[in-house]
Order: sequence, then C-alpha cells, then structure tokens
Amino acid sequence: MSAPLLEIKDLHAKVDGKEILRGLNLTLEAGQVHAIMGPNGSGKSTLSYVLAGRDGYEVTSGSVTFKGQDLLALATEERARAGVFLALQYPVEIPGVPNATFLKAAVNAVRAARGESQYDAIEFLKRAKAKFAELKMDPVFLSRALNVGFSGGEKKRNEIFQMAMLEPSLAILDETDSGLDIDALRIVSEGVNALRAPDRAMLVITHYQRLLDYIVPDKVHVLSKGRIVKTGGKELALELERTGYAGIAA
Amino acid sequence: MAVSQDTVEAVRVASEYKYGFVSDIDDDRPPKGLSEDTIRYISAKKEEPIWMLDWRLAAYRHWLTLENREPQWAKVEFPKIDFQDLYYYSAPKVKEGPKSLDEVDPELLKVYEKLGIPLKEQEALSGIAVDAVFDSISVATTYKAKLGELGIIFCSMSEAVREHPELVRKYLGSVVPVADNFYATLNSAVFSDGSFVYIPKGVRCPMELSTYFRINASNTGQFERTLIIADENSYVSYLEGCTAPMRDENQLHAAVVELVALEGAEIKYATVQNWYPGDKDGKGGIYNFVTKRGACRGARSKISWTQVETGSAITWKYPSVLLEGDDSIGEFYSVAVVNNRQQADTGTKMIHIGRNTRSTIISKGISAGHGQNTYRGLVRMQPKADNARNYTQCDSLLIGPDCGGHTVPYIEVRNRSARAEHEATTSKISDDQLFYCRQRGLSTEDAVSVIVNGFCKEVLQKLPMEFAVEAQKLLGISLEGSVG
Ligand SMILES: Nc1ncnc2c1ncn2[C@@H]1O[C@H](COP(=O)(O)OP(=O)(O)OP(=O)(O)O)[C@@H](O)[C@H]1O
Ligand SMILES: [Mg+2]
Repeated sequence: MSAPLLEIKDLHAKVDGKEILRGLNLTLEAGQVHAIMGPNGSGKSTLSYVLAGRDGYEVTSGSVTFKGQDLLALATEERARAGVFLALQYPVEIPGVPNATFLKAAVNAVRAARGESQYDAIEFLKRAKAKFAELKMDPVFLSRALNVGFSGGEKKRNEIFQMAMLEPSLAILDETDSGLDIDALRIVSEGVNALRAPDRAMLVITHYQRLLDYIVPDKVHVLSKGRIVKTGGKELALELERTGYAGIAA
Repeated sequence: MAVSQDTVEAVRVASEYKYGFVSDIDDDRPPKGLSEDTIRYISAKKEEPIWMLDWRLAAYRHWLTLENREPQWAKVEFPKIDFQDLYYYSAPKVKEGPKSLDEVDPELLKVYEKLGIPLKEQEALSGIAVDAVFDSISVATTYKAKLGELGIIFCSMSEAVREHPELVRKYLGSVVPVADNFYATLNSAVFSDGSFVYIPKGVRCPMELSTYFRINASNTGQFERTLIIADENSYVSYLEGCTAPMRDENQLHAAVVELVALEGAEIKYATVQNWYPGDKDGKGGIYNFVTKRGACRGARSKISWTQVETGSAITWKYPSVLLEGDDSIGEFYSVAVVNNRQQADTGTKMIHIGRNTRSTIISKGISAGHGQNTYRGLVRMQPKADNARNYTQCDSLLIGPDCGGHTVPYIEVRNRSARAEHEATTSKISDDQLFYCRQRGLSTEDAVSVIVNGFCKEVLQKLPMEFAVEAQKLLGISLEGSVG
C-alpha cells in the first residue's frame, strides 16, 4: 500500500494560548474525499488553518505528513505551492485588486513551483472564462475587485473557481456549502466533483448532510473538542442528522 | 484585525536601494557656497543673456532677506541646512552639445542603462521623446526634429533662455513668483536646468514627452526648473521620472515646475519619484522640497497632476492648480509611500477663481516602518467662483504600529454656490488579507505588493501604461522588507 497523501498524528495546537486541537488523528488517501462534521467551536476551522499554516496557530505537538514530507516545516505559501488549498469559511476582500489579476499571480506562483510554464494574460483568461462558465458565474466577477461586494454565495463560488484554477492535490473546503442557494449548491458540488481525481484528496467541512448527497464522501469524521471522536461511512452523516451530536460529542 | 508582528518586523528591515551606485563622470563646478559670484558663474557657464542674470540676482537678493525663514509648517523634521555648505552647479564635461545619442558620453549612457532606461531603445521603440537631464545639463534630446515640424518646442531650459527668450520672459515666474516661498526663491536664483515645452495653438502633441532626472555629483544641490506652456486648444502629456544613486550626505533638491494652460488647453503631468530615501535609520537620502504649480489661465483649460512618490528622505511637495479660467478643471492624483524613516508632507492646492471650476483630489498615502506620511491640501473657493466644485478623497494605509498617516485638509469656501466634498479613510493591511494571499501561493512580499497596488489603483490608472508598470514595481521595491 502506498503512503497516504495526508497523515495527521496526535496533533495538538493552540490559538492565543488556548489549546484547540487536542490529539487529532486523521489519514487521508489520495483519491478520497473525507467529510468533517462537528459542533460549532469544535476546532474544524482551526484544523484547516493549522494545515494551511496560518500565523498564530501554534502546533505544540504531533505531526502532519503531506506527500511524504513534513508539512509543518513549510511556510504558508510553500504549502500552497506544494498543493494545499483552503476554501475559506469567510473569504477575504481585497479592494482594488481585480479577481483575475490576483488569481493569475497565484496560479503562476504555483505553476512556477511545479516547474510548469507561466500563463500569459490571454492563456489565463481563456482558462478562467471556461471555468467561470462551468460554475455558471457571470464574467463581470473576473474584473471586479476580489470578493469586494460579492454576496456570500458568490464568494463561496469564487473559492471553488480558484480551486479549479489552482488544481491542488489537497483541497480543504471549510463550510463552502453554507450561504449557497439550492441551485448554487448543486453547481458548486458539480465543480468539486469534477475535480475528484485519483491523485487528489479533499477534506470537506460541513454542518449539513445535504452537501454529502452531492459530494459523496468516502468517510465521515466527527470532530469534537479538538479530536476525531467518531469515523464512519456516508451513513454516519445521515445518523447525525437524526440524532445530533448528543450521543457522540460529549 | 491588526497586522502580525512578523510583518511589522519584516517591514522594518531596510530594503536595499536598488539604484544605489555613483558613476564616475568628471564634473565641473564652482566652489561651495552661495553668493552673487556663484550666480554670475552659473549664468556665464550657461551663456545666458543679461536679463536672465538680472532675474537671478533679483531673486538672490530677495532670498537674502528670507534668512532663517524656511517654511516651518510641514510635519517633517531634519537638521538645519547650511546653504553655504552646498555646491550650486555641476555639469558633466561635454565639449559640444551632442547632436545625437552617439555623441553622448558612453559612461552616461551606461548609467541610464543601469537605471533600466536604455535611451536608444526608448528612442527606437517607444516613441517617447527624452530630454535627459543628467545632473544639471541636458545631454540628450531626441525627437526634436519630429516635434519641430508641429512647431512644438521641447528643449532644455538653458537652451530656451537663449533661443526662445520671448516665451521664457513672458511665462517664467508667472505661476510661481520669485518671492513665492523660500525654496522657490532659492531656485529662481540658482536654477540649473530643466525642461522647456511649448505647444502651439491647436496642436495635440503626438507623443508623451519624458524626462529622466538624476542627481549625480556629490553634494550638489539640484535646482531644476521646468516650464510648460500649452497654447490655446493644445494638448500635452509630460512624464517625469527620477532615480538617484546611494550616498551618505543629505542632498537638497528644490525644483520649480510651472505649467500654463491657455484657453481650451490640457496639460497632464505625471511624476514617478524614486530618489534615494536614506537607509533604514534614516541616514542619507534626498530632501525633496519642490514647488509645482499650474495655472489654468484660459476658459475650459485643464491641468492634471499625477504623482507616485516612493523615494526621498523628506518630501515636501504640493502640486497645485490655479483655476483662473471659467469652466477650468484641476486634478491631483497622488500615491506617496514612506518606509523606514522617510517623511512625506505632500498634497495639493486647488484655488478656484473662475466660475464653474472643478477639481478632484485623490490621495493615497502608504506608511510602513517608522515612516510619517501627511496629506496636506487646500481647497479654496474664491468669491467669484460660482458653482465651483471640489471632490477630495484621502486614503491612508498603515503597515505596522510605528508609522503614521495624517490628513490635514484646509477648506475655504467664500462663495455660496460653491461646494467642497471631503472623504478620508484609514486602513491597515490585515492578517486575513496576507494569509489569504499566501494561502494562494503568493510570497508575503508579493502579497503586500498586490494589496498596495489595489489600494492605489485609482491613481495608477491615471498613469500612462509604461509608467504604470514601472510605478507598480517601485511600490513593491519601496515596501520590500515586508518579506516574512
Ligand atoms: N484567535 C482565537 N483566539 C481564541 N480562541 C479562538 C481563536 N480562534 C478560534 N478560537 C476558538 O477555538 C475554538 C474552535 O474554533 P473553530 O473556528 O475552529 O471552530 P469550528 O469548529 O470551525 O466552528 P464553526 O462550526 O462555528 O465554524 C472556538 O472555541 C473558538 O472560539
Ligand atoms: Mg469553522
């Protein structure tokens, strides 16, 4: 058996001096999609930030191995270039910077790290427009300032657009479904499914089993108080929908 | 959310000045200090007519009465300048004025190459006419013939004094009077060289006119003097770009730029200023005390200033517009960056004199390190300025806890139908923004650059294309050190 794409062992992490992750273990094979569910404040977003290497999220013990290398030793942008992508729960606005300009810089930074050629403006726009069409997004959002004045759902769609353009090997989606209307949920899910590939894995953080009808996970984990307390198949999500976290997440 | 300590620390680290080198070209200069003799020396060197010498001497005599009366109101601090300890003239040794670039000192051309301004390439490729001011003398002028066919005059100020005395006498000092302020008076006495532009009636100048200024000889105060006249219904766009070599002593630069737009004429004046800002402790660096002013003399005339100020230890600069003609328009678009110990006090004055005059002010101040950045702007509506309108927007962006951004607007409305509108914001580069950019693969340095360029977009858009690209790079360079 080949090594997993991502292996998290006994991970402990602090934010502002407070321990949030408390002995988290998780193994993700290439080609798989895992869902992470769990009560508010259980540490789901924290896990995503720790994996992405955000400043202020201090790992106190444990290890994270990504494609066989020590992920925690890499700077934020090095992780991104190595193929880690995080669709944020709350995407950030950057005034004055056109969406396309921003993403072209990002895509070229990632491509350079992979030893791939740089896209010129024309090549980039051609690809960006094609992806936009797949995600049924209005092309005006390419020239508008990044996330500025985008609705909640538009921001989330834009995250998936960025993911599609960056072609990461590990995609972490933090509540990408919240704020999406019914049609958008389907479109975004199709976008995500289109990216499922044997060499790519995804961690999908969600509160709603509905998303998992579209993006069918290989495994569902329940995170509570900084630990994975239960792991099951897709049916676990259905069960949680009925029972809530009462029985599992003490 | 506040910016992280890392970023703050990183920004504090001095950036190496990219254009820091001193080229060794012999110079030719009088002894240090300022006296009537110095002025006679300068005037003689330049083979000026007697009226020009008299004008300089009158300015000098007035300047003597201003002793110790340097302007004090700007929010900048520096040791008192000993004006007797400066050189007032320096010229590269060139036997005859060069007829073409081939005759220009190859050392000089190398300097331009280091600066990334290959003149030959510019001449051949970009269609930009370059009147290159090296230290105090213009050494290369291109495209003159082509412009000449349209009756456009684009030459050095020294040449204009000799060849076009009627225009120079009519307009020199007509916008910035000799007695305007301490530094302008000094400049009037000792000005070395600069550009002269005249666009005849109804002519649209077919290319951007461009000058690269450069301070070179050690300890030489630079006193450029530029005069641009756009006759009725003409149009011109002028670009000024500056870089200077690294050195230890502070250097005084006190330029005067005067613009005159007659009826229906339009002048666009763009500057990218990148003089040596000093090291991270503020040692060295240029003192840039500039008086720039335009007069919209005729009805429906328009003057637009665009500046990107990234260099100099101290910037003291208020490109202004006198809106004399009815329906005339004044614009000021500015980006000013300070890092380390740099200080900038910059802004504009829009003086509405005629009816239906309009002005727009967009100022973007970026402060990092221990930099202090002040926007100072005056909007005045004179009693006859019926229906005059001003819109002012001042935005400050702060990087780190030790810098300052200040906005000092002066608004004087003396006409009931006139309106002035002022908006101001202060923001920081947030940790969220930096994280987001880096998570997408950008380095911290590129992230800062992207965010800053976004912040300045409205101003950068006003620059001609080639200049905008250069300006964007400069913004990145001057904020370098924000690398995590
Ligand atoms: N900067 C911080 N300082 C202090 N506590 C923090 C900080 N960031 C997160 N926390 C705390 O860490 C805990 C986990 O937060 P996290 O955002 O990871 O939860 P979550 O599982 O994503 O919740 P939700 O479902 O609401 O998105 C919460 O109790 C939160 O208050
Ligand atoms: Mg969360």
